[in-house]
Amino acid sequence: MTDLNKQMVEQYRNSFLKEVEANVEEGEWVKMCMQCGVCSGSCPLGPYWDHPPQELFMMIRAGKREEVLASSSMWMCTSCYNCIARCPRELPITHIMHGLAHYAKRLGLAPKNQPTMKFSQKFWDNLMVTGRVNELKLGLSLYFMNGLVEGIKTSLKMKNIGLGMLLTKRMNPMEMLGGHSVKDKSGFKAMIKKAQELEAARIAKFKTP
Amino acid sequence: MAKEYSFYPGCSSQEGASSSNYLKSVQSMCDVLDIKLNTIPDWNCCSASIGYSGGGELPRLALSARNIALSEKHNGGQDIVATCAACWLSTRETAERLHQDPEMMAETNTALKEAGLQLTNATKIRHMVEVLIEDIGYEEMGKHVKKPLEGIKIAGYVGCQTNRPFGIEGESFENPKYLDKFVETLGGESIPNYEKKVSCCGGALAFSEPEKSQALVKGIIESALDHGADMIVTPCPVCQMNVEVYQDQINAKYGTKFHIPVTYYSTLMAVAYGKTAKEASLEGQIIRAKKLEAICAK
Amino acid sequence: MADEIKIGAYVCKGCGLGERLNTGQLETTATRDGKAKFAKSHDFLCSADGVAMIQKDIDSGETNHVVIAACSRRAKAEAFAFKNVTISRANLREGVIWVRPDTAEAKETTQDMADDYVRMACAESKFQKQPAPSGEQTLCKEILVVGGGISGMTAALEAAKAGYPATIIEKSGQLGGVMAQLHRRVPTKAPYAQPEDTSVESLIAEISANKKVTVMLNAKVAKTDGAPGRFSVDIAVESGSVQNKMFGAIVQASGMKSFDANILTEFSYGKTPNVITQLELEALAKAANGGPIKRKDGKEVKSVVFVQCAGQRSTKPGHLSYCSGFCCTASIKQAMYFKDANPNVDTVVMYTDLRTPGAGGEDFYRSGQNKGVIFTKGVVNSVAPNGNDLTVNFKDLILDEEISMPADLVVLATGQLPNSGPDPYAVPMEADKNDAEAVAASKAAHEVAVSVESILNLNYRQGTDLPHLKHGFTDSHFICFPYETRRTGIYSAGPVRRPMDSWQATIDATGAAMKAILEAENAGKGMAAHPRSGDLSFPAFRKEGCTQCKRCTVECPFGAINEDERGYPQFNESRCRRCGTCMGACPVRVISFENYSVDTVGSQIKGVDMPDEFSEKPRILVLACENDAYPALDMAAQNKLEYSAFARVVPVRCLGSVNTIWLTDALNSGYDGVVLMGCQKGDDYQCHFVKGSEIAGVRMSKIGDTLKTLNLEEARVATYEVAITDVDRVPKLINDMAETVAKVGMSPFKF
Repeated sequence: MTDLNKQMVEQYRNSFLKEVEANVEEGEWVKMCMQCGVCSGSCPLGPYWDHPPQELFMMIRAGKREEVLASSSMWMCTSCYNCIARCPRELPITHIMHGLAHYAKRLGLAPKNQPTMKFSQKFWDNLMVTGRVNELKLGLSLYFMNGLVEGIKTSLKMKNIGLGMLLTKRMNPMEMLGGHSVKDKSGFKAMIKKAQELEAARIAKFKTP
Repeated sequence: MAKEYSFYPGCSSQEGASSSNYLKSVQSMCDVLDIKLNTIPDWNCCSASIGYSGGGELPRLALSARNIALSEKHNGGQDIVATCAACWLSTRETAERLHQDPEMMAETNTALKEAGLQLTNATKIRHMVEVLIEDIGYEEMGKHVKKPLEGIKIAGYVGCQTNRPFGIEGESFENPKYLDKFVETLGGESIPNYEKKVSCCGGALAFSEPEKSQALVKGIIESALDHGADMIVTPCPVCQMNVEVYQDQINAKYGTKFHIPVTYYSTLMAVAYGKTAKEASLEGQIIRAKKLEAICAK
Repeated sequence: MADEIKIGAYVCKGCGLGERLNTGQLETTATRDGKAKFAKSHDFLCSADGVAMIQKDIDSGETNHVVIAACSRRAKAEAFAFKNVTISRANLREGVIWVRPDTAEAKETTQDMADDYVRMACAESKFQKQPAPSGEQTLCKEILVVGGGISGMTAALEAAKAGYPATIIEKSGQLGGVMAQLHRRVPTKAPYAQPEDTSVESLIAEISANKKVTVMLNAKVAKTDGAPGRFSVDIAVESGSVQNKMFGAIVQASGMKSFDANILTEFSYGKTPNVITQLELEALAKAANGGPIKRKDGKEVKSVVFVQCAGQRSTKPGHLSYCSGFCCTASIKQAMYFKDANPNVDTVVMYTDLRTPGAGGEDFYRSGQNKGVIFTKGVVNSVAPNGNDLTVNFKDLILDEEISMPADLVVLATGQLPNSGPDPYAVPMEADKNDAEAVAASKAAHEVAVSVESILNLNYRQGTDLPHLKHGFTDSHFICFPYETRRTGIYSAGPVRRPMDSWQATIDATGAAMKAILEAENAGKGMAAHPRSGDLSFPAFRKEGCTQCKRCTVECPFGAINEDERGYPQFNESRCRRCGTCMGACPVRVISFENYSVDTVGSQIKGVDMPDEFSEKPRILVLACENDAYPALDMAAQNKLEYSAFARVVPVRCLGSVNTIWLTDALNSGYDGVVLMGCQKGDDYQCHFVKGSEIAGVRMSKIGDTLKTLNLEEARVATYEVAITDVDRVPKLINDMAETVAKVGMSPFKF
């Protein structure tokens, strides 16, 4: 259990809903779900969710903290926004899913080898380096995220695609050497650092009512 | 006089990146339509919709806020225009979120201060498609057609993020018609009842959950072919990439024989406006758009 | 007065009638066969010129029985509303040319049709008399309101504001009813976010300030006699004395009774004081008055579970099968009592389907969610005492698992029962006694035991109180005339009519008050209430022919007919809706209206020209209810849907008014088929006279015997339930009969 998780369990005993409201992006909307299930029925990856959004909302209200946060469900979100467009109560479901996923990861409760979690983190780390995404490095880091052997296999499987991208000049091997970047890297990094501090402070600030 | 916009190209449009061909064709298209794009100096990545795991909330908002602030500083008074669906969505979402949440706005400005910037957040965030429909208009777009796309049947694949949650003014979420109208304006044949028009291709999960994503892509291509499509057109770089580049892998897995080109609307326009294959960036097609090449060669 | 019948027949040539029909021949038919004194045609009869022509003849005394051979009686009624004469309509447009093809081969049968309708109208005209008001009662503007709850108070105030003095009779010692027991009510105004003041106090203040409202507390209705416009009511007050007062109309707002939660043993009701009903929670909330709500033992409630549908929407014995409609919003409101006093109280509403009717229902639900009330879709299996507290065991229907959760307090959302008097028809009508189905239906309707104490004490032949529909709720025509009960001039309002919340009850009460005013006025003028609004005719009977069989008094759906000491019927004109069910019931055919009788219809049936057996021109009699079937036929005609040229349609007031003699006569005189079209019957009836089509159904079920005696095929008579929307179906039903006749052959009874 991470320290933060321990602290949160203490703070929000018996009231996971309040924890979600305080700490999860758009979490204050969870209580407004009216359990119609349109979100679950609209999700392109619906069948792969252990608990579709409607159920997650109910579980949050029922205080099923571990089950929700350790679930791989919200990592199935493709950000297609079907649920948002169709929710009769206009809940920002996509954002709540992202928020839950991020919060689970922050607390160290997300499933360990969840591929989308890894990719999502790699994407963020990648853009943090220069302020812009380096697609080549991102791709390679992705192939090798499960180790060297696995990485070589994936690379071989993907080599035709890579070749196609290369030939059409939609991939540039020179990107391995630095690549595109914002000019004001220090300002950019200082800004992100500040934002992260403010966010951490906001989450730490909330106490059990 | 040229219409001027503050332009946010986004990472995938950069030289040597996956949708560099999109940018090239957009530039050709804008030449014809007298649209001037002033790139936001020193723009950064928006973190798309997948950056949430590492990014959280405020740091992600800060990314787009920095771009808007830079635009306000250098391209004051101009609407921000993005060509990438994810860029447009992230930027517009940030602008709206910060309008609604003064506390978050204050924190965002605190962070921006570290980069020497300040956000007033008074800038309109638009997609290139909106500029075409609202500022140029179908009639004007049609006037410039030199080589109509005659005899080409094109499935307009709108996808997700140019359609939801904001979408294009006047269009429905379930059956937006603008891509069909584009195709018709350019003299091609549209497929207005294309079932998978707004279905998801899997987005970023094409990387992390390739099998699930490719199953979705399979349906998108199948439906287009069922309607007799010669090619697919889309306004989104992720859609373009996912639907185009995995066709071989899908064929290997499902025994299908997909080989259908997937282009951008701007590609079609550049071709119809009489630009060369190079200007239309047809060499950027992994699956070559031979019918378009033939028109260019005319 | 009009001793001599002078029929003037007017044939219209407009709307294509002149082109499609030989109007000269129609004039001849009217004078030769119809015995009209004269016949005239006009190019455009409903024009000012055409109308003036007729009026001139009336004024000069040329005619006193007018026959209009033009469009349907439902069209141009204002243009042809001549005074001091009888009016008969031959429907040549919707009834003939619009339902027949304009072809050479159809011309003859189309003309036959038109000629017959002219004959029929003339025949009817001969037997018609001009109705005049009876003068049985004068205008009495006093409105009696029984019940002083929110519905009763609203009804009385609304009547008073419209200028009609109202008297409230309330059995308890104070006004307010159930509403006075509430802490707050569900909001009635935008933004529908917060419980509101019950408004009981302000209503009481308004009533005491209004000179037109009289309030009698601790009072009951000892006896109600008379009829609309002259209700004579004995009011028994606490002291034991009885006062008599006259009223023009009555609003019964006797309200609701709470469901007895004692049978809900699975929820431990009665076993622990910490399981209470919604109404009992109101008392706790009142006591807390905005502060923390405390249980009976004084403990401050920190967690509360609301169990929706407790003893409702259930098939278990003793439970209510219906949804009471108010309890979901009531629970939201009550959860807010807790949340507003202390946001940290856990409030869970356990529901299967959350139903929040009314304009603001959904907003109020959202407001509850916003305040942090938890809504769980689940079924509570049991509530068990756990020390001083409770354990709620439920199945979460979303998560699909059995869950137990602790609570300080459990509130049961039990439903409402109507506070109605005994149903006059609790025992099936004599006519139904041998019908097992009717008896079973009657039993099912009384699954929930309701009060046996009379509320109105009507001195009617047909029982002391308003008839019920189901579950003890008073019967009213749900679709068209929701306030109108089966006792004319008595209007039920509020939860005695159907389950409802207080806001709906106030709307209901306002509507009922308006209807009461209207009926007091109607009665004063001797006019009928809906659906025959304004009708001055009323039934009379020929005493010398009456066998005192009592069928009319039993079958009248509205309890309009009393019996005198010798068993003869006593008609109360203003209680009567003019449906003619009594006329249809009378085996010796002594009951008639001035303008609607066994003869006015019988003569039309006989007036039709009957071609011989070998003519290949069968005749089909269609008796169509004027409320739904006849308009549906008109609309079919407007849509140019064709039907058989052999049909002859006679509108009737209600299938209940159909006397079997018409059928016997029709079959005896050579008709090949008979089609009856009435409204839907049963619990979800659409019959405008409530029971008319049902009674007709019973009568027609016995027509088989008649057919057998005549040695005719049973298929020659068909009865259908028809709705006004069955526009495409009605022509088909007629054509079906034409096909049947083609199959079974022509009737041998043509002479």
